[in-house]
Amino acid sequence: MTTLTDPPKEQFRLSMLLYDTRYRSATIQVIALIGFMLLAAWIISNTIQNLEGLGKPVEFGFFGEPASYDINQRLLEYTSRDSHLRAAFIGLLNTLVVAVLGCITATIVGVFVGVLRLSNNWLVARIMTVYVEMFRNVPVLLWIVLAMAILIESLPAPRAFRGEDATASMNFFDTVAVTNRGVYIPEFLFSRSLGDIHLFGTSSIRFDISLDLIAFLIVLGGSIFAMRKVSAWAAATQESTGDRPKIWHIQLGILFVPMIILLVALGFHLGYPELKGFNFKGGTHMRNSLIALWLALSLYTAAFIAEIVRAGILAISKGQTEAASALGLRPGRTMRLVILPQALRVIIPPMISNYLNLTKNSSLAIAVGYMDITGTLGGITMNQTGRELECVLLLMLVYLTISLSISAVMNWYNNRVKLVER
Amino acid sequence: MSDVSFVRTEMLPEQAPPASEVGIVGWIRHNLFSGWFNSILTVLSLYAIWYVLSGVLPWTFQSVWNANSLNECREIMIATWGSTHGHACWAVINDRWLQLLFGFYPSHLYWRPILALILLLVALAPVLYSDRVPTKMLIVTALYPFLMPFLMWGGTIWGPIAAALGFVVGWGVYTIVSKQLSGLFGIVLGIAASIIWWLVLSSYFVGALDSILPIGIEAVQSRQFGGFMLAILLGVVAIGVSLPIGIVLALGRQSDLLIVKYLCVGFIEFIRGVPLITLLFVASLLLNLFLPPGTNFDIILRVMIMMTLFSAAYMAEVIRGGLAALPRGQYEGADSLGLNYWQAQRLIIMPQALKISIPGIVSTFIGIFKDTTLVSIIGLFDVIGLASAIRADTAWNGIYWELFAFIAALFFVVCFSMSRYSMYLERKLQTGHR
Repeated sequence: MTTLTDPPKEQFRLSMLLYDTRYRSATIQVIALIGFMLLAAWIISNTIQNLEGLGKPVEFGFFGEPASYDINQRLLEYTSRDSHLRAAFIGLLNTLVVAVLGCITATIVGVFVGVLRLSNNWLVARIMTVYVEMFRNVPVLLWIVLAMAILIESLPAPRAFRGEDATASMNFFDTVAVTNRGVYIPEFLFSRSLGDIHLFGTSSIRFDISLDLIAFLIVLGGSIFAMRKVSAWAAATQESTGDRPKIWHIQLGILFVPMIILLVALGFHLGYPELKGFNFKGGTHMRNSLIALWLALSLYTAAFIAEIVRAGILAISKGQTEAASALGLRPGRTMRLVILPQALRVIIPPMISNYLNLTKNSSLAIAVGYMDITGTLGGITMNQTGRELECVLLLMLVYLTISLSISAVMNWYNNRVKLVER
Repeated sequence: MSDVSFVRTEMLPEQAPPASEVGIVGWIRHNLFSGWFNSILTVLSLYAIWYVLSGVLPWTFQSVWNANSLNECREIMIATWGSTHGHACWAVINDRWLQLLFGFYPSHLYWRPILALILLLVALAPVLYSDRVPTKMLIVTALYPFLMPFLMWGGTIWGPIAAALGFVVGWGVYTIVSKQLSGLFGIVLGIAASIIWWLVLSSYFVGALDSILPIGIEAVQSRQFGGFMLAILLGVVAIGVSLPIGIVLALGRQSDLLIVKYLCVGFIEFIRGVPLITLLFVASLLLNLFLPPGTNFDIILRVMIMMTLFSAAYMAEVIRGGLAALPRGQYEGADSLGLNYWQAQRLIIMPQALKISIPGIVSTFIGIFKDTTLVSIIGLFDVIGLASAIRADTAWNGIYWELFAFIAALFFVVCFSMSRYSMYLERKLQTGHR
């Protein structure tokens, strides 16, 4: 007769923490966590000691003090009596301005170049290859500094526009003045303006929104809504009768007629720059630093975007086009319904990460004196107040917030267009 | 019978294709003038090429090479061609090229960076062209990390030797302990011994030997470093060190150990979320605050650390892409062979993942090499910083195309060769059948 015996009870030994795979991962993690916390504690205690030695405890009170420096390129009103926080806010807006402008231009140029690189025309394809290789293999900082140097050294001074024997003249029917002090473009003016709304009272992030702009956006939104209704109606008609009514002229009318009526009602006109004394007055003044940064960043990033677009188009197999024509789709619809949705899935994620790179590279503004967030918070404010730790950490936090929000958008998009696989 | 019409009994000889379809004419017809739109594009491109070349070629070749200032340059131009427009003044490069390449490195010691560069190529050869260069050359590669700082910074020879001895000490402790006790203890004690050697003992070792046998070469201060040499120095260190760190970070991010994973994710996302310039601010302003009071170490070393961390985070993401692209079966295959984690990574996963990510790795290399120019913003005199200094000089005030063309050419040569090499490597490692 056999009796059942329990298997020998395994006793826990200390060495099992290392050699037993059940416990080993926990051990490693605990060691990693302790190591990390020790490192963090060591750095923090060092920092506190060092700052005490320097007599600079961590505090953010300096943000309320007057900045007492000027920011020449800005969207909102700002004087040197405003606080450091206001200066940082203006700088942040400047960063966003150059980033948005740069992303738009880079996309347009990049798509254009990327498509032309695939052209059947040997010469055009080669020229575009030269462009891409030239911009990709040279540091962006060099392009920025070079663009700035070209603008300052080679463009005519405002006084060259003066007098009978002027050596320079304004471009585009006397509306744009390109000088070595910057570019003057016409500004939008409304003679029957609705006025502004003032937001956030007198705080550092106060800003004004033009009611004209809001009215314009509302009308634009309404038009787009109406256009979608019309195209839904066209689709429904096509479903029921088989004939698709012609709607493009209705669409154009819906888009432009209300907009033009609104602009006329508000008394829209352009304010042109004019030479007065030694400088141009009127119009919008874009400083050289903004233009150099914008040009260099967008041409540099466009080279990368061109490669992405090219890869995206090449990634769609020829069979897709052939299958679409076999179904009887015309080339335009093939592009819109078959090729683009698939190519965009490949193109958009790297494109967004290039937008992110452009935004981060815009911090090089400090090399040409454009007052973005790095130039204000990480530049003059830091040098004036001597608060390196607070300024640099805050600067990093700002960029981190921008980056992480763009990444979040990208993840959302990726999840939306992800191929559902078995 | 004879109502059959004529039937040819012999083959006609083959005719040559029409002249418009083959040869140069055919090629031009197909590639340049295949339709009205293409023809317009071709004409426009030819015009653009002519426009650019007609400006650039005379500018480049009808130029002044010997002058001491921009004004002198202009005088020579007017004397020779009658105008200053459309002629380059390469005299600025002729005058300052040594400075642009070496910064303020003492001129009688230029042989040291040059020797370091040649040795770098020798050290890289067995890595880059493993099938053509004998494996024994790897000895140079192993010695290079100790040789290069010695050549660049100079000083006593015992410093690099002490640093190298740290590895010997660690290895010795590991072999002894792992025979006596177990392998794991050997690794831990070996690493501990190396660290103790580097942090505590090596300074006594260097001091003692230096007083007995003072062998060394003239020391060069970090602030004398500059020019394109600085870009290469920073680039080589950041590239060389970030690859292994990046691999470890990528493995950490893919790991099952939650805490390790989130530490890696946090590090990678933080570094990738901020611009390099803020990290360089940290290097120049804050890193000394983070270390024990009184520590003050070299600015170039601080910049190297931050640039290495920066490129390691990008490298980790590239390698993670390679790891994610591997089919699941490869991991399962490794498990079924009974390989443990590190064996599987070393023998099966990493060779394939790294091969997939070669293009990404090389473009990260190129990116970090280009980003070395950012150090000019924190006040180091790299090429861009020197270019600004030269433009601020009264003799050369107002010059820009020539300077930036020269600098751009330097970067272009290095970056373009890197990208060509990566294409060659991809082709060489290609095992699939296309």
